[in-house]
Amino acid sequence: MPIPATVWGVSLVASLLPLVIFCPLAVSIILMLTGGKLPARATTLLVGAGMGLCALFAVVSAYSFLSGPNSLGSLHVVLWNWMNVGSFNAQIALTLDRLSLVMMLVVSCVGFLILVYACAYMYDDEDIARFFTYMTLFVASMLLLVLASDLLGVFIGWEGVGLCSYLLIGFWYGEQANAIAARKAFVVTRVGDALFLLGMLLMATAVGSLDIPTLLAVGPHAAPRTLTLGMFLLLGGAMAKSAQVPLQTWLPDAMAGPTPVSALIHAATMVTAGVYLLARLHGLFVMTPLAMLACAIVGFVTILLAAGSALVQTDIKRILAYSTMSQLGYMYLALGCGAWHAAMFHLVTHAFFKALLFMAAGSIILRVHHEQDIFKMGGLRKDMPWVFAAFLAGSAALAGLPLITAGYFSKELILGSAYDLSPIFWAGALFGAFLTSIYIFRCVFIVFWGTHRTHAHGKSGLAMALPMAILSVLAIGGGWMEMPDAIANVHIFSNLLAPVLGALPEEHNTSLLILGSLVPIAGVTIAWTLWRPKGEAPVAAESPAIATLRADWGFDTLYDWVFVRPFMVLGRLNRRDFIDRFYDLVAALTQGSGHAVAKLQSGQVRRYAGWIAAGTVAALCLAV
Amino acid sequence: MMMFALPALVLIPFIGGLAAWLVGLRGASRAAWVSSLITLVLMVVLLAQITISSFAAGAGAGGWFAHFSMAWVPMLGINVRFDLDGLSLVMLWLNAVIALPCVLLSARNVADRAGLFHCLLLATVAGINGVFMATDLFLFFFFWELMLLPLFGLILIWGDAGRQRAVLKFFLFTQGSGLLMLLAILGLVIVNQQRTGVITFDYFALSQTALIAPIAPVLMLGFFIAFAVKLPMVPFHAWLPDTYAASPAAVSILLAGVLAKTGGYGLIRFVVMLFPQASAHIAPLAMTLGVVGILYCAWLAVAQDDIKRLIAYSSISHLGFILLGVFSGTRIGMEGAIAQMVAHGLSTGALFVIAGLLEERLGTRDMSKMGGLWPAMPQFSALAMFFAAASLGLPGLGNFVGEFLVLMGTWQVSHVMTFFAAAGLVLSSVYSLTMMLRVFYGPKKTESLAPLGAPSVPHIAVLGVAALLLLALGVYPQPVLNLSVPASPHVVSIAQEQAQ
Repeated sequence: MPIPATVWGVSLVASLLPLVIFCPLAVSIILMLTGGKLPARATTLLVGAGMGLCALFAVVSAYSFLSGPNSLGSLHVVLWNWMNVGSFNAQIALTLDRLSLVMMLVVSCVGFLILVYACAYMYDDEDIARFFTYMTLFVASMLLLVLASDLLGVFIGWEGVGLCSYLLIGFWYGEQANAIAARKAFVVTRVGDALFLLGMLLMATAVGSLDIPTLLAVGPHAAPRTLTLGMFLLLGGAMAKSAQVPLQTWLPDAMAGPTPVSALIHAATMVTAGVYLLARLHGLFVMTPLAMLACAIVGFVTILLAAGSALVQTDIKRILAYSTMSQLGYMYLALGCGAWHAAMFHLVTHAFFKALLFMAAGSIILRVHHEQDIFKMGGLRKDMPWVFAAFLAGSAALAGLPLITAGYFSKELILGSAYDLSPIFWAGALFGAFLTSIYIFRCVFIVFWGTHRTHAHGKSGLAMALPMAILSVLAIGGGWMEMPDAIANVHIFSNLLAPVLGALPEEHNTSLLILGSLVPIAGVTIAWTLWRPKGEAPVAAESPAIATLRADWGFDTLYDWVFVRPFMVLGRLNRRDFIDRFYDLVAALTQGSGHAVAKLQSGQVRRYAGWIAAGTVAALCLAV
Repeated sequence: MMMFALPALVLIPFIGGLAAWLVGLRGASRAAWVSSLITLVLMVVLLAQITISSFAAGAGAGGWFAHFSMAWVPMLGINVRFDLDGLSLVMLWLNAVIALPCVLLSARNVADRAGLFHCLLLATVAGINGVFMATDLFLFFFFWELMLLPLFGLILIWGDAGRQRAVLKFFLFTQGSGLLMLLAILGLVIVNQQRTGVITFDYFALSQTALIAPIAPVLMLGFFIAFAVKLPMVPFHAWLPDTYAASPAAVSILLAGVLAKTGGYGLIRFVVMLFPQASAHIAPLAMTLGVVGILYCAWLAVAQDDIKRLIAYSSISHLGFILLGVFSGTRIGMEGAIAQMVAHGLSTGALFVIAGLLEERLGTRDMSKMGGLWPAMPQFSALAMFFAAASLGLPGLGNFVGEFLVLMGTWQVSHVMTFFAAAGLVLSSVYSLTMMLRVFYGPKKTESLAPLGAPSVPHIAVLGVAALLLLALGVYPQPVLNLSVPASPHVVSIAQEQAQ
């Protein structure tokens, strides 16, 4: 519902909103144009100032929006007309409502914290300017994705974050493997982007516009089959971005990028874009039960497959990557159940604790000489107590230890709605939570307990410690803004989103809650019995089954044999283009026959006479 | 003023070319370069003048901005007739924008018979300008040949290894199909003469006959094949990779940037607009071949080792979208195709500038011998990344606008074709990023790559301007979309009057 920008508060928000995107974009452009000539100190100051302003503007506009007269509706800021052909019109416009407000705050504030951390993490890298060019461009694209009011505008941000992800995975370009991982990430998500694009074409044709409010208003009246196909296509796009089975293979390889990249892009923000998109379009999604069921199944399968893979990884970043996939699976399960609040709530808490886990992991990696194998670490609890505390807070939240962590409350909300859909989904998700607490505490016990297997050096500076401290607090306490009635009647988060997503469904019985609380504790206990310090150094279990599990259940190998190899090998064989060869053949035949006929003209009279005779005989034969 | 501006647009580069040749006969090779540069600047100034006065006057009947007509061979009804609509104007600008850096950068280092080189290059530019404006079919054919003939010489004299074979192939394909077009033109004129008793080659006068003649489908095919070969459309694409690879850098840029678009322009002006019904019949076939081209050539591009051949195949793949859009029969598809022509001209032209510089510095085009160039030339690599992103259709850059609108037009005709065409977007990311991977990423393969040095300032400036134009087209395409609506030929009387 657009309203005239007459009230002061509204015009303030309307003018601040573009600035939220512009600040990181401007930093990116400045860094790009100076081409790495700025000293590292100036670069970090510029990034800090730009991102600080971005977060500040976001907070101020959120505050004045919520305290303004239109806080239940939405604010529409049209920047310019993008494309206008015939009846089709696409605008570059921003919308602030309570849903995009939550996402904007997550992206700008968590983004700010991660970039501050990254300033310290990347300080000694000689390519720091290029790094922050990409990072700030990423934040700007992500904010555009979140705020754009036109689906095609969302798509600009959508592909923009994909490109930045590609650039950052391949940031250390000296290694061929990084560049290959980057290309893989882009191409696999591009499959989803193509589906997204097709979904938009379908919607634009059926509805006549890609403006999200129009889509939500007119879309439900479209033919059910069209709508279902459209939502399936959009779901496909979202799945690839969020690394859901079967398009998940790019995410573990994406860990080749610097760790702050993994924290920002491959944990807190970009991979959750798909969840946000579907929540944004929930009014259409709810009309297509088939697509919702598919979404729930995809989430369900991803939870279990990814948790299984995480259980056997040896690389600390890969453990976190698989856990990200698995946690995104919970969000998809929630979306499939129609529990939009739960999905968004888990998105927010996950952003807190997963960013924290990656930051802590990054601090560890930096201080043990870029070692990432957890079996080569050990006993780090005493060397880096603060990092240990942060990692423990993040792990507890990921495992969902009851009452004292944010992850607990958001996961409980999802488990409850999964039970409404089917107890099977609930049981599977609960088993996933059990695996989660096992694999993350396996990591904790192996890395921080036991004997030293590596030498830790240095200290993490303030710029790294402060973001981790803030996120630790949020990972622990962030969940208290939304609690089930059985514990305490607090519903700040769902009340905030209620005008957009509707009221929270009814509560479930307490027995589910108690079961859900016991499972993580059981998981931690099992992890302790299996991987507690036992004198000798722990070793990774090896067997063919575990190797398959570790390699993502063989998806990579499968795709390699089914798609990549045939494509490349046949392409290699046909490199010289068989159509071109056909023309060559024609040319050769023409030339050959020309030569053959030319030989007849030998200049010898008796030969000509012979041919004449032969011709006469042939003609006579035909005549008779 | 406006009267003579249109023929002047053809005459200036032509005369300038002759001047460059004369200067080159005696003076240094540099002098020829300078005179050809001055010629192009004059051409741009004239074009700006035409644009301004067109906007001031506003479009006349049916969207035509300006006209020029003069008798040439009155006995046969042949006139020197030019008409300018929005589509012509956009294409003329594309030609100017590509030709200028082409001379500025790549023709600069031609030392061997520089005068002749510039003469031939400018003759091609003049021919292209003529093609984009001529509305007398005989004159159009004349310019079509004027544009192609100098190219044969340019490639034959200054080309790379394998040029004789490439030129022969190029010649056979384009002249063979050109012959079909000539036959179709003559056929149309004869049919018209039988119907009306008047011999004329006038586009507007013939448009009536083209609409109702029973043999219109056959005549249309003659035009269609000529333009489809030039575009090129699969399976008539075999001449292109060889020709692009064997051409000197300046000619590759011109070929990929503008010449391919004469095919697209011809399809719009002389196939779809002139034979609307007949062309609707072959639209499914043309669109299918467009989709086949998008996928097949993207697949071929991935497998290439020669960077110029990779760009050449990627170029054919992108041109499939033009075929799709033009024959979708929808306005949105048509405008998408035109936006795609402009964006593709800029992005592929820039990629050929990059390939040319790499070849100049490294002495090879083989990507298996490159690698790890990013640290050696960071700005240049960043620009290459930009154009690779444009070429894979990143939203916010020009190519996306074209491809999206084309897909939207196609969607209204056939969902299946749109699905396959969208798969082309995945493949375009594969070959673009493979090119980046093999050339700029990874460890350095050879030590001899060390003395690369920074690219010259003109290189960075030209690529920067192309990047800005693509960005502008990507975020604010509306002026181009508004301007480039092709004008209909069926406004005979009024246009006729104004021309007199």
